[in-house]
Amino acid sequence: MAKSAKTDQEPSANLYEGSIPVARLKDKDIYRHVLAAIVDNEAGVLARVVGLFSGRGYNIENLTVSEVDRDKQLSRINLVTSGTRQVVEQIKAQLNRLVPVHTVHDLTDDGPSVARELALVKVAGVGEKRVEALRIGDIFRANVVDSTTKSFVFEVVGNTEKVDAFIELMKPLGLVEVSRTGVAAIARGADGIEG
Amino acid sequence: MSAEALATENDAPAQTGDRMQGARIILKALAEQGVDVVFGYPGGAVLPIYDEIFKQNRIRHILVRHEQGAVHAAEGYARSTGKVGCVLVTSGPGATNAVTGLTDALMDSIPVICLTGQVPTHLIGNDAFQEADTIGITRPCTKHNYLVRDVEQLASTLHEAFYVARSGRPGPVVVDLPKDVVMAEGTYNQAPHGLQHKHKTYRPRFLPDAGAVEAAVKLMAGAKKPVFYTGGGVINGGPRAVAALRELVRLTGFPITSTLMGLGAYPADDQQWLGMVGMHGMYESNLAMHDCDVMINIGARFDDRVTGNLNFFSPGSKKIHVDIDPSSVNKNVIVDIPVIGDAANVLEEMLKVWKARKYQADQTALKGWWRQIEEWRGKNCLRFDQRGKIIKPQYAIQRLFDLTKDQETYITTEVGQHQMWAAQFYRFNEPNRWMTSGGLGTMGYGLPAAIGTQIAHPDALVCDIAGEASILMNIQELSTAVQYRLPVKVFILNNQYMGMVRQWQELLHGGRYSESYTDSLPDFVKLAEAFGCVGLRVGDPAKVDETIKEMVSIKRPVIVDVLVDQKENCYPMIPSGKPHNQMILGPDDRAGGNAISGDGLALV
Ligand SMILES: Cc1cc2nc3c(=O)[nH]c(=O)nc-3n(C[C@H](O)[C@H](O)[C@H](O)COP(=O)(O)OP(=O)(O)OC[C@H]3O[C@@H](n4cnc5c(N)ncnc54)[C@H](O)[C@@H]3O)c2cc1C
Ligand SMILES: Cc1ncc(C[n+]2csc(CCOP(=O)(O)OP(=O)(O)O)c2C)c(N)n1
Ligand SMILES: [Mg+2]
Repeated sequence: MAKSAKTDQEPSANLYEGSIPVARLKDKDIYRHVLAAIVDNEAGVLARVVGLFSGRGYNIENLTVSEVDRDKQLSRINLVTSGTRQVVEQIKAQLNRLVPVHTVHDLTDDGPSVARELALVKVAGVGEKRVEALRIGDIFRANVVDSTTKSFVFEVVGNTEKVDAFIELMKPLGLVEVSRTGVAAIARGADGIEG
Repeated sequence: MSAEALATENDAPAQTGDRMQGARIILKALAEQGVDVVFGYPGGAVLPIYDEIFKQNRIRHILVRHEQGAVHAAEGYARSTGKVGCVLVTSGPGATNAVTGLTDALMDSIPVICLTGQVPTHLIGNDAFQEADTIGITRPCTKHNYLVRDVEQLASTLHEAFYVARSGRPGPVVVDLPKDVVMAEGTYNQAPHGLQHKHKTYRPRFLPDAGAVEAAVKLMAGAKKPVFYTGGGVINGGPRAVAALRELVRLTGFPITSTLMGLGAYPADDQQWLGMVGMHGMYESNLAMHDCDVMINIGARFDDRVTGNLNFFSPGSKKIHVDIDPSSVNKNVIVDIPVIGDAANVLEEMLKVWKARKYQADQTALKGWWRQIEEWRGKNCLRFDQRGKIIKPQYAIQRLFDLTKDQETYITTEVGQHQMWAAQFYRFNEPNRWMTSGGLGTMGYGLPAAIGTQIAHPDALVCDIAGEASILMNIQELSTAVQYRLPVKVFILNNQYMGMVRQWQELLHGGRYSESYTDSLPDFVKLAEAFGCVGLRVGDPAKVDETIKEMVSIKRPVIVDVLVDQKENCYPMIPSGKPHNQMILGPDDRAGGNAISGDGLALV
C-alpha cells in the first residue's frame, strides 16, 4: 500500500547539495504523490500526459484537467500517482520534458498542501435506511442536491479518504451510483505557482 | 520566363509579411532553417508541396523508394553532419511507413523533421481516403508533433519544429500538414531570434550548475580507479564537446570507454582508449566499469546493453552523470552527482575547474589502476583465428578498416552480429563517422543511412557493413543510390543466418535454430547488377584484400557479398542477467558460467 510521503528530508550524505541523496532514491517504499502541471491548453496535451503514463507503465490514481487562465491559454493538470521516490522523480522529469508543459510541481514534497474532490452519490432506499443515509450525510456535511421519495443525491466534498469513507458507508444503505470529479490540489500559504 | 529564371526568382529568401501559398511558405521556412536536402516520397496530400519543389532550385529533393528509407537517410545525413535531417512524405501510408524511422531517431536522439501530408481539415476524422491519425500514431515516437490547422501558423510552427528537434536532447519532430492549409494563401514569418530564450515552455538547460561541476571535478581529482564512460551525448554536443573531452581525458590520464553510440568521440588509436563497453564490449572496459571507484558518465544513458544486471552494476563506485536531459538522470542507475547541461559546456567548465584548482590525479593510484587494466587487456578479448579456407567475419572487417582508414570514411551498419563486429574491429578516430541503429536496433537502417551520409559527403567513402538478412529489409534503396549516382558500398557479411538470432538460440535454446536460417537468398551479385550497381563476391580469405580494393576503386554503388563462416559467434559477451565481471570470452570459456539461466532467459 502507498504510504503518504514524508515531507521531511533525510539527512543528506550526498556529495553535492543540489542532488537528491542516493539513500533517498534507493528507498524501495511506495509513496503517493500529488503533482500539478501547468500546461498549454491545446489539443492533445492530455493525450500526451496520459500516453506518457500508459507508455511507461506509471501508476495513475487520479487525474483532473481544467483551464485555469483563459488569457494565457493555460490549463492545470492535477495528478495523483504512486511509486518509489526514484519513479516519482522520473515521472516529474518525463512530464517536464513534454513540450507544452510549463511547470511541474510536487505538492507532496514541496510543502503542505490541501487536496479536495467532490462526489455526487446516489442512494436509493426507504424507511430506516433512508433516515440513516441522511444522518450520515449530515455527519459528512454532504448536501442533498436531489431527492425523490425513494432516493437522494448527495454532494460530498473532501479529501479522497473522506469521500471514500462516505461511499463505503452508503453501500449497505442503497448506494446506486457514484460520480467523482477527481482531485483538485493546491499548496498552502500565500505563494502561487507560476505558469 | 524560362524555368531557370523562374526558379532563380523563387529561390530568394522570404521576408516577414510576404504573402504566398502555404506550399511556398514551407519551402521558404526550410531554406531559412538551413535545409539543403529533403528525403521524400510524393502522394496526393503533398502534391502542392511537390509542385513548389519543382519550381525552385534551392532545396534538393532525394526520391527514396520507401518512406522508412527516407527517415533513415535523414538520420544518416543528420548524424554525419550535426545538422537536422528533413523528410517529406504523404498522408496515410506515407506517414505510417515513416514510423519505424521516427522511432529509431527518437531512441538514438537524432534531430529529424518529418513533414507529413494530411487530408484537408474538414475531412479529418471522416476516414477519408489515405487518412491516418498521424498525430496520434506518432505522438509516442516523436519528441513532439504538430498539426497545422491554419496557414497563418504555418511558418512559425515550422520554425518552432526545427528549434525543438535540434535543441536540448535532439529528436524527431512531425509536422502534419492538411492539404487545404498547404494550398491556402498566408503570411510568411521569419524565425524569431533567440527562440532558445523566448520559447514559452521548451527551454532546456545548457549551462551546468557551477556547484555540481565543482563537486564532480573534486571527486574526479580524488579518484584512485576512475573511468570515463561516454556516449552519444558527446557526439550530440558537437566538435566543442569532442575537443573538450579529448583534452580532459589527456589532462587527467584516466581511462575512457564509450557506448556503441559514442564511438569516435575519443580516438580509438589512443592508449587511454579501452574500447567499447557493454554486452559485446571489451573485457577491459567492462571490468574497469565494474571495479572503478569513480565513474564519469558524459552523455550516456545507462542503457541495459551497457549495465547488464543492475543489481551488480559497478557496485563500488561514486557516479557522476552529465546529461542534457534530466529524465536520463537516476532513471536506471542512481548517481551521486548529476550535472545537467550540454556536454560541450559541462566539459569546458570541468576543464576550467580542474586547471583553476590545480588538481593533480593521484599518480600512484592511477599507475596501479593502469597496471590492472593492462592485465585485462592482456586477455586480448577480440582474438580470433583466421585459418583455413573460410573467411572469418572479424577478419573481413579488420581488412576493411586497414584498407580504408587513410581516407575519409563513414561507416553505417545494419543490425546483428556484423554490427557488433563493426563496432569492435573498425576503429573510429573521429566523431560523426559511425552511423548505427543502437536503441531500436532497426534492421534495414544501414543502406538508407549510407545514402543520406553520402549525400552530405559526396566525395567520401561511405560503406554499409551489412548482414544478408538485414540488407533485404531496405534493399529497394539501391535504386535511389543509382539514380543520384551515390557511390555507396554495401559490404555484406553473408553467413546465411540471422547470426545474432542464431547465436542466442545456441546459447539459450539448445541450438534449436528456429527460423533463423535464410533459405532462398538472392544472388547478391546479380541483384546488384539488376539495380544497376556493381556486384562482387569473395569467399577466399586470400582474395579479401583485392576485393576490398576493387570495391573502393569503383566510383559507383557496389555490393560485396562476403561469404563468411556461418558458425562464428560474437564475443566477448556478457550473458543477459549477468554482471560485467562474468563476461564470456569465447566459445570455450566456461568461467563466466556460460549458460544464461534463471531471470536472464526472460531478458532481451
Ligand atoms: C544488437 C545490439 C547490441 C548492442 N550492444 C551494445 C553494447 O555492447 N554496448 C553498447 O554500448 N551499446 C550496445 N548497443 C546499443 C544500445 O542498445 C544503446 O543504443 C546504447 O548503449 C546507448 O548509447 P548511449 O548511452 O550513448 O545513449 P544515446 O542513446 O546515444 O543517448 C544519449 C544520451 O546523451 C544525452 N545527450 C544528448 N545530447 C546531449 C548533449 N548535447 N549534452 C549532454 N548530453 C546529451 C541524452 O539525453 C541521452 O541520455 C547494442 C545495440 C544493438 C542493436
Ligand atoms: C526490423 C527488425 N526485425 C527483427 C530484428 C531482430 N534481429 C536482430 S539481429 C537479427 C538478425 C540479423 O541478421 P543479419 O542481418 O544476417 O546479421 P548477422 O547477425 O547475421 O550478422 C534479427 C532478426 C531486428 N533487430 N530488427
Ligand atoms: Mg547474417
